[in-house]
Amino acid sequence: MIFWQILVDGFAISALYALGATGFTLIFGVSGVLNLSHGAIMVAAAVGAWAAAGELHVGPYAAALIGIAVGMLLAFATYFITVRPIQRSGRIAESEKEIFILTATLLWGIIVQETIAYLFTNNAKTVLPIVDGTVMFLGVRTPTNEFFTAAVCWLAIGALWLLVNKTQRGKAVLAASMNPRGVTLLGIELSGIYLTVWAVYGLLAGIAGILLGMFLGVSSYSVGPLTASAFSIVVLGGLGSVSGSLIAAYVVGYLETLTAYLISPAYRTIPALLLLVVVMYVRPQGLFGRR
Amino acid sequence: MQATFASRLFWVAVAVLAAGAVVPSFASGYVLGLLTVAFYTAVFAMSWDLLFGFAGEVNFGPTFLIGLGAYTAGILDARFSPGLSLWVCVAAGAAAAVVGGVLLALPALRLRGPYFGLTTLVAVLMLQNFVVVFAGLTGGEIGLAVPDVMSISASTNYWIAFGFMALSGAILYWLSRSPIGLILQASGQDAVQAGALGFNVAKHKLAAFIVSAFFSGLAGALMVFYMGTASVGTFVDLSVGVQVIIAAVLGGRRTVVGAAIGAIFLIGMGELLRPLGELATLIVSVLALLVIMFFPDGFLGMLRGRGAGRG
Repeated sequence: MIFWQILVDGFAISALYALGATGFTLIFGVSGVLNLSHGAIMVAAAVGAWAAAGELHVGPYAAALIGIAVGMLLAFATYFITVRPIQRSGRIAESEKEIFILTATLLWGIIVQETIAYLFTNNAKTVLPIVDGTVMFLGVRTPTNEFFTAAVCWLAIGALWLLVNKTQRGKAVLAASMNPRGVTLLGIELSGIYLTVWAVYGLLAGIAGILLGMFLGVSSYSVGPLTASAFSIVVLGGLGSVSGSLIAAYVVGYLETLTAYLISPAYRTIPALLLLVVVMYVRPQGLFGRR
Repeated sequence: MQATFASRLFWVAVAVLAAGAVVPSFASGYVLGLLTVAFYTAVFAMSWDLLFGFAGEVNFGPTFLIGLGAYTAGILDARFSPGLSLWVCVAAGAAAAVVGGVLLALPALRLRGPYFGLTTLVAVLMLQNFVVVFAGLTGGEIGLAVPDVMSISASTNYWIAFGFMALSGAILYWLSRSPIGLILQASGQDAVQAGALGFNVAKHKLAAFIVSAFFSGLAGALMVFYMGTASVGTFVDLSVGVQVIIAAVLGGRRTVVGAAIGAIFLIGMGELLRPLGELATLIVSVLALLVIMFFPDGFLGMLRGRGAGRG
């Protein structure tokens, strides 16, 4: 009984983690940027959907679309306001651009988070689920929303796989992650590729944020932990490796669910952190990292 | 060029110290209390600058070292209060932070860039979890009350913090301009080449970690006995670490003095804008972002004039 419960619950939460981390790792793989405003963008998308449903009284689908639009808009804002000016700056030494991008995206995340808190207060917000009710599955009473979450996450990840592997644009993105200079030599504008990647990132982060808002609810306090969990999943799987992040998301998701059910919800995040420390010492490039 | 800048930096430091020395003659106890906290934060930021600006190590977890110092001192004092002198607790806090610094340095010598940054982030999260889980020992989320305080007089506390900041600043500044600092800077920028020149990169980086940890832990421990309590929100939380990092970058990296100015500015701004409520953090973040984007060398970089490049 509890075994099935852990299996089902863990699957849904892991799928959500996987979707959240995929966009994050995509950006890093292609442009080497670690976007520390990730959590803020996810929360902003969820709050956007919540506000659209609550204040504009639109239906759940329209609300979700508005939320996704907020996510994409903020992703572009992150790119144009913080990342691109630093990448192009002649006054910051190459070796220091990394820390500047980290600091700037971190500050940008705080700005987004504080704006949300100012406009919509710090209270936790739950986005109205698109599907409600519960079903019996393997003898476990499960909210239908959990299946919906897992299904949407995997659909989105599948669509991303198709985009990257089967379309011209996607192949260019993939090539840029392997050898940016080679791509420019083929006559493809790198800046266009970055725009594509940030658009896809915004889409993925927006969807993940809204699903999270339906599943667990969000508040401006979830910004930090969300960024940290995406960061640790991505490092655990190996920076830049999408399949590694997917596997790592499941490892972390199930570890957390197991701990929460079998030991105590208070210890939820500890085993995953311990695992991360062990991996950092033993295999610093992550489980499936390239470097 | 380097010499003129060095001397100008020196005069900036002298001006700050002179201003600090005359403040108590007219400022209220409230302002003094605020500055006391700002001075401890300044030491946090200067220690971080030694690791980042000179050794090139991106430490996202300054609060791991600060928290270790603060909680070790606080727990020892809370357990053995009358029997154990406050200063012994402070020394133990600094020692614990040094041990933590060595633990952090071990992966740092093997990992590069973002990977090391993550280790430090995880270290903070682990410490935070530890504090919450072992609430019986640490006071958990409510915080740990310590029976001893350094002094109840605002001006005594001010002078202790001021003296401590001036002394640590002088030591860190001297260290950064000494041959050791130059070797650190070289290994931060190109570890392979520094090694090829015959410098022991690992040894120097380890030393930087130990010094940085020592001052972070010491400042954390002293601040506990100023505040009378240790809590996650003031010593361990990631947002505290973020503030330390922003302070150092805002003031100007690789200057030590700039980090202190940045910290005092941040704390002061936060307080000035307090009447605006929730908007205060927003405005400070926007300001910090603007400075970082348009003046990457921070306040001291502005002083040197635009486009002066790297020192």
